[in-house]
Amino acid sequence: MADRAAETRSGTVRSGTVRSGTVLAGVTASGGLALGPCFRPSEAAAAADAPPADAADFAAALARAATELRRLMAREERLAAEILEFQSALLEDDDLLAPVRARIAGGIPADLAWRGVLDAEIADYRAAEDEYMAARASDLADLRDRVLRALRGAPVAPAPAPEGAILVAADLTPTAFLEQDWTRLAGAALGGGSATSHVALLARARGVPMVVGLGDLSALADATPLALDADRAEVLVAPDEATRAAIRTRIAALRDEAARASEAARLPARTAAGQPVRIMVNADDPALLATTDPAICDGIGLTRTEFLFADGLPGEDAQAAAYEGLVRWAAGRPVTIRTLDAGGDKPVPGLSQPEEANPFLGLRGLRLSLRHPEAFRTQLRAIARAARLGPVKAMLPMVTVPAELEAARVHLDTAIAELEESGTPHARPALGIMVETPAAALTAESFDADFYSIGSNDLTQYVTAAARDNPALAPLADPLNPAVLELIGRTVAAGRARGVEVSLCGDMASRPECIAALIGLGLDTLSVAPATVGAVKLAVAETGARGNRQEGDPA
Amino acid sequence: MTEPASHVDWVEGEALLTDETGLHARPAVKLTKLAKSFAAAVEIRAEGQDRWVNAKSPNAVMKLRAGHRTMLRIRASGEDAKEAVAALAGLVTRNFDG
Repeated sequence: MADRAAETRSGTVRSGTVRSGTVLAGVTASGGLALGPCFRPSEAAAAADAPPADAADFAAALARAATELRRLMAREERLAAEILEFQSALLEDDDLLAPVRARIAGGIPADLAWRGVLDAEIADYRAAEDEYMAARASDLADLRDRVLRALRGAPVAPAPAPEGAILVAADLTPTAFLEQDWTRLAGAALGGGSATSHVALLARARGVPMVVGLGDLSALADATPLALDADRAEVLVAPDEATRAAIRTRIAALRDEAARASEAARLPARTAAGQPVRIMVNADDPALLATTDPAICDGIGLTRTEFLFADGLPGEDAQAAAYEGLVRWAAGRPVTIRTLDAGGDKPVPGLSQPEEANPFLGLRGLRLSLRHPEAFRTQLRAIARAARLGPVKAMLPMVTVPAELEAARVHLDTAIAELEESGTPHARPALGIMVETPAAALTAESFDADFYSIGSNDLTQYVTAAARDNPALAPLADPLNPAVLELIGRTVAAGRARGVEVSLCGDMASRPECIAALIGLGLDTLSVAPATVGAVKLAVAETGARGNRQEGDPA
Repeated sequence: MTEPASHVDWVEGEALLTDETGLHARPAVKLTKLAKSFAAAVEIRAEGQDRWVNAKSPNAVMKLRAGHRTMLRIRASGEDAKEAVAALAGLVTRNFDG
C-alpha cells in the first residue's frame, strides 16, 4: 500500500486537479467509512487582511474571543473544555498582551501587532521540538486565528457544510473541529496531523471517521466526490461508479449491522437456547457513560478508577462524588468499582514506587495499595460512601494469595469504622477479587471472596508469558489459548462450588468471536466496552445451547 | 540567588513537581490563576534554569517546560508575598489538586 501511495500522491501536487481514481494514503485517526463531496472550510479567512484596528478594537476582539471560548467550553465535554482552558487563560495573559498593546500604541494596526507577537510565540513553541509543545503551538495558532476573525468582525459560525460532505483541510484545530456540525459532515481528511492529536481524540469520541497525514491536499477541489475509507486509512478521489457502488454496499452493511446491534442492545441477552446472560459495561471514563443508556446493560462490571488518579491522589470527597455518579447512573443496577490498579507501567503521582525491571510482575494493583494503607483506606471509604446509594462491589486487582484479600478486608473494616465514627452515611460494599494471576485462578476456591471477576487481559499475559504490549507476541497472547480457557473454566467451577458470582471483564468479552467459548465455559456475566454491547448481545443470541462446551473445560 | 542584586525583598519557597508530564497546560493554568489572586508580584523558576518568570503569565509558565520531578522555586514580593508563596507551594505539593 505504501508503494501505491507514493506513486499516486506525486500525482496530486503536479496540477490543479487530481486524477479520478487516485488513492491517497494516510493514517487512521478514527475508523469508519464515508462517501461524499469534498468540503474545504474557508482556510483563507484568517489570512485575509483585517481593517486597521486600534486598541479599543483589539480589546473588543479579545472579549469576543473569550466569550466564544466560554460558549464552546460550556457546550462541550470535559475533554474539550481542558483543551480550551489554556487558550482562555492566554487571553488574560498580560505578559503576552503587553507587547501587542505596545505595538498598537505605536501605530501598528491591531491585526498585524497581534499576528506578529503570536507568530513569534508559536515559532518559539515549535522550536522546542517536543510533541507536547508542538500541540500547544497549534493551540496558540488556533487562538491567533480566532482573535483575527474577531478583529475582522467575521461571523463566528462557519458556513454550513453540505450535507454528507467530507471535510478536507491541511490540518484542523480542536476548536475548528468543535465548531463544525458533525451531524451534517460525514468525515474528515487531513493533510497533516497525527493519530494522537487532540483532534483525533475528539473524532474518536464522536465516532467521526478521520484520516490524517495524507500529505498535500491543496489540489483537491471543493465538491470533488470522495470516498473516505478510514478503516483502510485512505481517501479515493473521484472514484468510478463501480467503486462507489461497492463502498455504498459496505456502508449499508455497516449501518445494517449497527442498527441490528443497537436494536439488540436494548433487549436482554439470551442464547439461542434461551439461557440469560448478563451484560455489564466497563466504565473507563465516566464521561462516556453520559452518552450510554443504562437500560442497555445489567450494571457496571468494571470501573477503572485510575482515571481519577491521573493528576495525583484524589481526596475522599472527590472520589466519593465520582463513584456516587456511577451508582446514580446505574439506577439500582450493581456497580463494580475496582480499587486502584496502578503499577510501574502506569505510575500514579504521589504513590512512591521503586524502579522495577519488570513492572508487570512487580508492585502493582492490590500489592501497591497494601503498601499505601492511607490512600487505600481513602478509596475504600469513598466506595463505602457510594454504596449507600445502591448495590456496590469493591473489586481488588492483582491478587495472588488469600492473605492479600484478608489484609484488604481488615482495611475495609477500618474504613467502615472510621465512617461510622465520623457519622458519615455509608454501606458496606461486597468485597471480591479479580482473577488475573494463574495462582488465583488455580486456587480460586480458597479465597473467601464475595465474587470473582476474571481479568482475561492479564490472565492471558501471565499464562502465555507473552507481554500484552508487544506486537511481535500478539499471536501468542491469545485469550483463546486452551490453557487460558482451562483457568477460566476452573474459576467458574470454584464460583459455583462457593455459590458466588463469576464474571469476566477483559477485552475478550467485547469480542463477538470469543462469546461462544465463554458461554461454553459456563460464564453468564460479561462486562464489555459500552460501544460493543449490541454486538456482544447479538453474538450471545447466536450462541447454541449451554451444552456446547469447550475442550479443556473441567466441568 | 542568580538574579542581579536589586532592592526588591523576595519571600522564597520551593515545591517538587510530581505530575508525570510535568508543568503541562492544566497545572500551568491553575498555577497562574492562583498567583493572580495575590497582589504580590510572584515569580517561579525551574531548578537548573536561571530565568525567573512571571507566575501570573500562563504563556511564560508553559514555556518553562518544567518536567516531572523538577524542583520549582517560587518567590514573591509585596504585601501578601508570604501567603502567595505558601499557597503556590501548597498547590504544587498537592499536585494541583488532581
